[in-house]
Amino acid sequence: MTQALWIAKTGLDAQQTRMAVVSNNLANVNTTGFKQGRAMFEDLLYQNVRQPGGSTTQDATLPSGVTLGTGVRVVSTEKMFTQGSVVNTDRDLDVMINGRGFFEITRPDGTSGFTRDGSFQLDAQGQMVTSSGYALADGITIPADAQSVTIGVDGTVTVRLPGQATPSQVGTIQLSTFPNPGGLQPIGENLFVETASSGSASAGTAGESGFGSLQQGSLEGSNVNVVSELVSMIETQRAYEMNSKAISTTDQMMQYVNNNL
Amino acid sequence: MDEMLYIAMTGAKQTEIAQSINSNNLANLSTTGFRADLHAFSSLPIEGPGVDTRVNAVTESYGTDLSAGAMQSTGRAEDVAIQGEGYFAVQAADGTEAYTRRGDFRIEPGGLLVNGAGQLVIGDGGPVAVPPNSSLLIGNDGTVSVQPLGQGPETVSIVDRIKLVKPDEAQLAKGPDGLLRLPDGEEAVADATVRVQSGMLESSNVNVAKTLVNMIELARQYEMQVNVIKSAEENADSAAQMMRLG
Repeated sequence: MTQALWIAKTGLDAQQTRMAVVSNNLANVNTTGFKQGRAMFEDLLYQNVRQPGGSTTQDATLPSGVTLGTGVRVVSTEKMFTQGSVVNTDRDLDVMINGRGFFEITRPDGTSGFTRDGSFQLDAQGQMVTSSGYALADGITIPADAQSVTIGVDGTVTVRLPGQATPSQVGTIQLSTFPNPGGLQPIGENLFVETASSGSASAGTAGESGFGSLQQGSLEGSNVNVVSELVSMIETQRAYEMNSKAISTTDQMMQYVNNNL
Repeated sequence: MDEMLYIAMTGAKQTEIAQSINSNNLANLSTTGFRADLHAFSSLPIEGPGVDTRVNAVTESYGTDLSAGAMQSTGRAEDVAIQGEGYFAVQAADGTEAYTRRGDFRIEPGGLLVNGAGQLVIGDGGPVAVPPNSSLLIGNDGTVSVQPLGQGPETVSIVDRIKLVKPDEAQLAKGPDGLLRLPDGEEAVADATVRVQSGMLESSNVNVAKTLVNMIELARQYEMQVNVIKSAEENADSAAQMMRLG
């Protein structure tokens, strides 16, 4: 009896986790460079109560046995790296990656983080930093007296200085790609870090084959599909209700025994 | 007297097992490619001295419901659903070949194609290995082609073909890991007629209404068994009372 109760409980747990993933997606519907998460389920081990093929007599075997599933669990919450929508901002330091790749960011502890959020700003030294203040790993510093900043599709950053007719190059923004981007670990602040599952980063020039190109004056919106998330939410809620119904039914069965015997 | 008690007890116990199978189906309502388990009762007469009135109930899972689940569009290139009949061949944890409808594939850091549960997907000759690529495409017949990393679209090449099979469904049985297998470790041959669709996933085939009705039916059935146990108890009580009178 308690078996059925615990099986239904795994269902509640899994749906709860899925609801958390859906809520997080919906909460980040306006987060620049956000990638939608997805909870994947897996059935748990099966128990053999009666082994199919076991002998009932010397020359007869059980045609079918009883295998009892033990429930469900969330096996992964992977990120879906599809392109988000283009948001035109016309701001100099907003850069969108059109295609594959991540910006490499130096985190405060010196390790690398990766992001698709290209809403860069300048710090007191004129360095290009993310909204959280972490510098681009390529270390690009814009001179204080720069009149305008241009970022090319290949990541070349040029500035026009007063009194000079030709723009001068101050650096290049490189992109990094991974064998399995789905394996990157999201750590918040729009950043991802490399894991054993993502493989190691390979840097390259934007616009080259295998890397996306850059687009100045635009940002990549969140890739959350609101309609599909809402449908997921309905599905999750109903599945949760059904599993709790299984618990209450099992409870009633036990209650019946307690009250009548 | 006690025979009645024990027969009703087996009935109640078997109903519990069936209820567990049913709860497991409900719990896996959202498991990609899950196939619902079916259960049935059979009667097991007890032979021996006395009148042949004792028949115990035994629960049997008489297999798995292999009907198709609903198709969900995801738009992800590595998500594949089988259209109509057929199964993906995967390598189970024990190294044997098993079959599943689960098509939420991803690429492991080592470059091997695995499904959402982490099982290796089998191709023409063993697990499918995918080289580093900038785009991956799974064709209608399971052909996996990639555009190698750092090269242009003119270099798109076929790396492998996912083994799609169409075994005799009556022979398929679910193992302890939830994968379907043929009896005696037999391996199905690849079938060229199986068609897949990329960008889609097949959901669980659990029929919610049927499962809930089943749940109610089993709960009521359980109550009836308990009532029989109660009657047996009352009978025993009456008998004991009569003895006291005498």
